[in-house]
Amino acid sequence: MMKTKNIMIVGVGGQGSLLASKLLGKLLITKGYDVKVSEVHGMSQRGGSVVTYVRFGDKVYSPVIDKGEADAIISFELLEAARWTEFLKPGGRIICNTQKINPMPVITGAAEYPRGLEEKMRAAGIDLDAVDALSLAEQAGSAKATNLVLMGRLARLFDFTDAEWEKAIEDSVPPKFIDLNKKAFHLGKEA
Amino acid sequence: MKQLLLGNAAVARGLYEAGCRFVSSYPGTPSTEITEEAAKFNEIYAEWAPNEKVAMESAFGACLAGQRSFCGMKHVGLNVAADPLFTLSYTGVNAGLIIAVADDAGMHSSQNEQDSRHYARASKIPMLSPSDSAEALAMTKAAYEISEEFDTPVLLKMCTRVSHSQSLVETSPRQEFEKSYQKDGAKYIMMPGNAKKRHPVVEERTAKLKEFAEICPWNRLEAGKDSSLGIVTDSTCYQYVKEALGDTYPVLKIGMVWPLPDKKLRDFAATVKKVVVVEELDGFLEQYLHDLGIPAEGKSRFSPIGEFSQNTVAAAFGKEAPSGVKLDADIPPRPPVMCAGCPHRGLYYVLKKLKLTVLGDIGCYTLGAVPPLATLDTTICMGASVSGIHGFVKALGEGARKNTVAVIGDSTFMHSGMTGLVNIAYNDSKATVIILDNSITGMTGHQQNPTTGMNLKGDPAAAVDLEKLCRAIGIPSVRVVDPYDLTQVETAVKEELEKPCASVIISRRPCALLKYVKHPGPILVDSEKCRSCGACMKIGCPALSLRDKKITLDATLCTGCGVCTQLCKFGALGGDK
Repeated sequence: MMKTKNIMIVGVGGQGSLLASKLLGKLLITKGYDVKVSEVHGMSQRGGSVVTYVRFGDKVYSPVIDKGEADAIISFELLEAARWTEFLKPGGRIICNTQKINPMPVITGAAEYPRGLEEKMRAAGIDLDAVDALSLAEQAGSAKATNLVLMGRLARLFDFTDAEWEKAIEDSVPPKFIDLNKKAFHLGKEA
Repeated sequence: MKQLLLGNAAVARGLYEAGCRFVSSYPGTPSTEITEEAAKFNEIYAEWAPNEKVAMESAFGACLAGQRSFCGMKHVGLNVAADPLFTLSYTGVNAGLIIAVADDAGMHSSQNEQDSRHYARASKIPMLSPSDSAEALAMTKAAYEISEEFDTPVLLKMCTRVSHSQSLVETSPRQEFEKSYQKDGAKYIMMPGNAKKRHPVVEERTAKLKEFAEICPWNRLEAGKDSSLGIVTDSTCYQYVKEALGDTYPVLKIGMVWPLPDKKLRDFAATVKKVVVVEELDGFLEQYLHDLGIPAEGKSRFSPIGEFSQNTVAAAFGKEAPSGVKLDADIPPRPPVMCAGCPHRGLYYVLKKLKLTVLGDIGCYTLGAVPPLATLDTTICMGASVSGIHGFVKALGEGARKNTVAVIGDSTFMHSGMTGLVNIAYNDSKATVIILDNSITGMTGHQQNPTTGMNLKGDPAAAVDLEKLCRAIGIPSVRVVDPYDLTQVETAVKEELEKPCASVIISRRPCALLKYVKHPGPILVDSEKCRSCGACMKIGCPALSLRDKKITLDATLCTGCGVCTQLCKFGALGGDK
């Protein structure tokens, strides 16, 4: 029996992590897995720290991922990656967009945006894949494709075929954005 | 074919498949998507009612007329609708009626974490509690069968992790359903003479439902290897138990949480050495077991506060839970904030500047409580700002009246602010109420309401005229301001507080996130001119921050609302483009 795999998607409310979980869900169902995706709606979406849990395997019970359980954490923002490290399984990987977005306590001067987070994560033994996904997305044609760049990085961890990923992209985005998103996916995967 | 569905969407699918024709709800996280998804089916009439009590009574009307009906709400919404709930228990139904209530353990988006299971017991109405999307769909359909067979509304208890998790479901075609209406005063006119005859019917029904609970497939026994201990659990806790403990211990999974199966519980307890109850929030099942004389453990192992997870359960059973690396760094929190361009920001800046006492309400504008705006004094429940200010200024008198305002959103005002305003006018407290009219229900994700001129299906609808309504209620002074114009807002607030009569200020600007709103685009910033005075930092705009003590703008967030440009004396913000 396959042990349940856990992927966390973290970021700042409004960054659009819902597409990433939707795409992963479509891909994983076609592979015949049991899948659960847990999302955050409502108040915390308003610019707050948000997290989505994606779990798959032969049989998935809990919809949430707990400390020490995540095989991969995909972060849309650097500080958010650092916030959730405790949830990473020993040997797991953090795929992190290097973009920085100041939280309100930093904006008001009540706190500082911590320096050297990438170094600290590596020093803690974390397998960190830091990528300027925003620039790659812009290169693909739109900053909104940051999602797909990060999915491309995630694809390196799993042995799903490009055709399977591309089918999931086709099923998840409006037709006119399919090519752009596929380009962003491959830029992420191959960069 | 199997598909991934959000728990709330699975309930909507269940409504569709069961032939439901009528849905009336008020939005509230985490229940909102049930109604939004139901509205996507052409066969279902779906609407947003002004509040949960109206929604429940409307749904009852439709079920009386012979259509399977539904209303959905969050846990605190059921408080608002508790009045019809308790009497609908007496009348029963004609066609089936489902009332969904979504609890929010962990308070992701709520002001308390009450346990709605108590309502089932108190109102003597059966309650089903799914633990994933497949059960949410199946139980919704089963709830109509139970409703009609036992002549009762049925409560469907959701929670954040069931409502907002996607899991696999299998769908089936819709089956139409219709009954005719027949007048039956003894059943539906609940005046004392009739109600006295209905109460025994309710007690008999509960007895029959208890028998049903014994054979109901939702109360399921799952075998375990070690019978030194047996677990009784419900809802999402079942998933955590299975995740953490697998089939170590026998599990009695309770899917129908009211009424409970006494014999099944006793039989289960007899097969194990000790019973442990795993349930979020209150010890509802645990107390029931105690009342049956079964010495169960529950809240001595588990907190009545917040959400559980697989690690919570593992720890409570002495199992080592996995852990990860906590980074050696001060990670500042990232609380939710008012969006860039939010029309509430300018208004709150003025209220703070004038050092007013501000009685707040429920909505996006509750975020005015957090620094740097930190403007609010209270937030209790829907409508409490308007009723609260009346008592506050009556108690403290004229001096306090001139330094106190209430703030309430357009949707919340329609929900339960109006009656408070009637009290202000009728009992003459001369209070000043500010309606934050952003032309939408914002916090729950942009639902239409009676002031917006559109209905749930997106069709044009009658729009309440707030100015005329307030005047009709008896408020002598009603005026409209643009919250982007700080001078206009300040003048209006000062003048209205000085007037020797009750007043309403309508602060009107559509939510900045609405797709139809055209923004001027990001302002120009000249950081050379910035003197680091910090004036613009007082409004807590996420688009503005200081870098090396000079102002910088996140142009991807800035809408060009211009509130900050009115605060900069040095011309660093908002030069000519």
